[in-house]
Amino acid sequence: MLYFSKLRIIFITLISLFFIIIASSNLFKFSNEILNKKINLGLDLQGGSYLLLEIDNDPVIEQKLQNLTVTIRNYFKEKNIKTTSFKLIDQTLLFSSDENSKQTILDDFESKESRLNPYYQRFKSHQLNITEENNFFKVSYSKQGIINLKTSSQDQALEIVRRRIDEIGTNEPNILKRGNDRILVELPGLDDPMRIKSLLGKTANLTFRFVTNNNEDSFGAEKLAFEDGSEEAIVSKRIILSGDNLLDAQPRMNSENNETVVNFSLDRVGAKRFGKATSTGIGKRLAIVLDEKIISAPVIRDTIATGSGQISGGFTFQSATDLALLLRSGALPAPLNIIEERTVGPDLGQDSINAGMIALLIGFILVILYIFFKYKIFGIITNIALVLNLFILIGILTLFEATLTLPGIAGIILTVGMAVDANVLIFERIKEELKNEKNNLIAFDSGYTKSRTAILDANITTLLAAIILFFMGSGPIKGFSLTLGIGIFTTLFTVYFIARLLTVLYVSKNKEKEGLI
Amino acid sequence: MIAFNKYYNKFNILSVSLIIISLLLLTLKGLNFGIDFKGGTLIELRSTDTKINVSSLRDNLSQMNLGDVSVKNFGNETDFLIKFENNENKNVIEEIKMNLDKSFGSNFNFRRVENVGPKVSAELLKSGVIAISVALFLMLIYIWIRFEWQFSLGAIIALFHDVIVTLGVFSLLGLEINLSIIAAVLTIVGYSMNDTVVIFDRVRENLRKYSDIKIFELTNISINETLSRTLITSITTLLALLSIFFFGGEVLKGFSLAMIFGVIFGTYSSIYIANTVLVRLNVSQKTVLREDKN
Repeated sequence: MLYFSKLRIIFITLISLFFIIIASSNLFKFSNEILNKKINLGLDLQGGSYLLLEIDNDPVIEQKLQNLTVTIRNYFKEKNIKTTSFKLIDQTLLFSSDENSKQTILDDFESKESRLNPYYQRFKSHQLNITEENNFFKVSYSKQGIINLKTSSQDQALEIVRRRIDEIGTNEPNILKRGNDRILVELPGLDDPMRIKSLLGKTANLTFRFVTNNNEDSFGAEKLAFEDGSEEAIVSKRIILSGDNLLDAQPRMNSENNETVVNFSLDRVGAKRFGKATSTGIGKRLAIVLDEKIISAPVIRDTIATGSGQISGGFTFQSATDLALLLRSGALPAPLNIIEERTVGPDLGQDSINAGMIALLIGFILVILYIFFKYKIFGIITNIALVLNLFILIGILTLFEATLTLPGIAGIILTVGMAVDANVLIFERIKEELKNEKNNLIAFDSGYTKSRTAILDANITTLLAAIILFFMGSGPIKGFSLTLGIGIFTTLFTVYFIARLLTVLYVSKNKEKEGLI
Repeated sequence: MIAFNKYYNKFNILSVSLIIISLLLLTLKGLNFGIDFKGGTLIELRSTDTKINVSSLRDNLSQMNLGDVSVKNFGNETDFLIKFENNENKNVIEEIKMNLDKSFGSNFNFRRVENVGPKVSAELLKSGVIAISVALFLMLIYIWIRFEWQFSLGAIIALFHDVIVTLGVFSLLGLEINLSIIAAVLTIVGYSMNDTVVIFDRVRENLRKYSDIKIFELTNISINETLSRTLITSITTLLALLSIFFFGGEVLKGFSLAMIFGVIFGTYSSIYIANTVLVRLNVSQKTVLREDKN
C-alpha cells in the first residue's frame, strides 16, 4: 500500500493541477475554450422561474371523437349502412345500427387495414376500441391510441410554447418534455413570470365567424360573451377563417383614431375565403373569436380582397402586442395548466449564494482546525487532501458545467465534514497497529490495508443514498445528490492518492521516529 | 476503556420508549407538511418599511378570501413568509401584489413564490416515500450481502430507529417537512449505516480473532477501539452541519437541523442499538466462521 511509482506521482500531480485550474476558471476568465467553463447556477441561486405545465388532453379527445361522428356516418353511408343515435358520453362515442350490419361494422373497425381505425403495427394495437351490445356500439380510444394522441399533442404544444417564449426573448430558456402530457419550462433570470404565465395560459384559438340573429344556422350556433364582458352575441359555428390561415400579426397604432390595433395578413387560401365572406356578407357582423370569447364583432362595410385586415378591441399597447404574439406563434392543441411554479428573485438568489459561501468557508475552517488539532502533522496532510478534494469537486462540476443549487452547496459542505472520515479511519487504525508494531512502515502499511473494507463500506452506503436521491429527487435536491455523490469519488481519490502519497513521503523520511502519529 | 455494555439494557429501554413516543406523535399529532407535499402557495416577502409587521400583514391578507393564511417572520423582522392552501384563482399572486401595494404602498419585494398544485404535491409525497423505502431496502440488500443476517438485522433496526426518532422530533417541534427534509432523511440513512458498518466491521474482525470472549464483552471492545473515529467523524460532520445551520440561510435551516438530529441519533444507535441486537441474538465466533466456510 505504500509504494508509489514516479509515473503515478506525476499522474496524480497533473490531475490535481488540472482540476485546480478548471475550478479557478469560475473566478478568472480563460481565453482557452476548454478551460473557460463555469458552473451553472440553479434557479434558486441565480433567480428565475420554474413552471411545470400540464396539457389538458380531455377536450382534444372529445373533439376528435366528435369529429369521428361525421366520418363514421359517411363511411357507412357509402356501404348503404345506416348508423344512428350518435352520442358522446365520458369520452366514449355511442351509436347504433341494425342487426344485419352489425358484423360489417365490427369487421371494418377491427381489420388491420381499417381506414376508420388505424392499426399501429409497432404496438400491435388499434387506435380505437369498439364493443357492441344489442346493436349499440361503443367506440373509445385504446390505451395506445391515447398515448399516441398525448405524445402528438405534447410535441405540438412544446413547439408552440417554445415559439411564444422565444418571442418574448428571455435569457436561455429551458423547455423540456416531462412524461407524455407535461412540459417543464425553466426561465433563468426572470423574476416576474406573470406575463409568461398569462401567455402560456391561453390556447389562442382564433376564429372568424358570422354573428347570426337566429338559432337556425345549419351549422349550429352558440352564445358567446365578449372579452370585456359587456355583452353577448349568438355566433354561428361555421368557421370562415382560423388562426391557421394567418401569415403574420403585428400591433399597430391606428392613425385615424389613435387606437391600438392588431394588423394581420392571411395566406392565399385565407385571403380568398376572407374576400368571399366579406363580399357576400356586407352589412353582417363578423365576430373575431379568441378562445371562445369575442374580441370584437365589426360590421362588414366593404369587400376585403387584399388578404390583410385589422383587429380592434380596445387594446392597450401591451395587450395588442401579446395578442399579435399569440397569433404569430399559433394555437396550442390543448389548454395548458400550470401545476407547479417556483420563482426566486435575483436578490434572494444572491443572498443564498453569499450565505452558502460563508457557511462553506466557516465549516471548512472549523473542520481544518479541528483535524489539525487532532493529528498535527498528519492533520496537515489530511487538510491538504481536503483542500484538493474541494478543488477537484468544484473542478468536476465546472468541467461538466453541472448545475449548482443551494442544497448542492450544502452537499459540498457535508462532503467536507464527512471526507475526513476515511483518513480518520486510516490514522486511528495505524495508531492501533503501532501499539504492537515498532516498524513504522509496516504499521502504516497494515493500517491502510486493514481500514480499507470499512472505508469502502462507509462510502458505498452514502453513495447508495446519493444515487437514489439523484433519480428520485427534483431540481435543487438533484443538485444535493450530485455534489454528495461526486464528493464520494473525489474523497476516495484524495485519500488514497494525495493523502497517502504525502503520508508515504513523510513516513519514509521518519522510519525510525517513535510516536509518529 | 469505557464500559458501554453496562448500559445496554437501560439505553435499549430508552430507545424503545423513544420509538414508541415517536410513533405515537406521528400517528396522533402527525407531521407538519409544507406546500411541497400538501400543495398550496408560499410567498417570501421583504418589506422596506419597518413599520409593517406580521399582524398588519395578516389582517390585510385575511380580507382576501385566501382560506387559511399563515404569516410569519422569516429570518429577520422585515422578511415574511406567507402560506395558504391551494386556490382556484390563477391570478392570486398578482391580486395579492396589487392588494399589498394598495394598502402599504409599493414597499414589497417578492423574493420567492412557490405554488404546488394538488396533483404535483401528491406525486412528490409518493416519490419521497418511495425514495426512503428504496433507500432502506437497498441498504438492507447491501448489508445482507456484506454481513451475516444478525448484523443486517441490527443495522436495519438502528436505521429505522434513526429515521423514526428524527421524524418524531420533527413532529414534536412541529417543524416543516419539505423536499429537503427527505434529502436529509436519506443522507441520515447513509450516515447511520456508515457508522454502524464501521463498528460491525470491527466486531466481525474481533470475533474471528478471539474465540473465548463473549459477544457482550466483544462488542464493548469493538466500540472502544473504533470510538475515537466515531467521535472525530461525528464532530467534523456536526461542525459542517452547524455551519450550514447558522450561516447557510433560512432555506437550509430545516435540512441542516434534521441532519444534526440524524447524526446524533445515528452515532448513538450504532453503539446502543446495532450492537445490542448482536448481543441479544447471541452472536458468536461460529456465526462468522460458518459464513466464511460458505
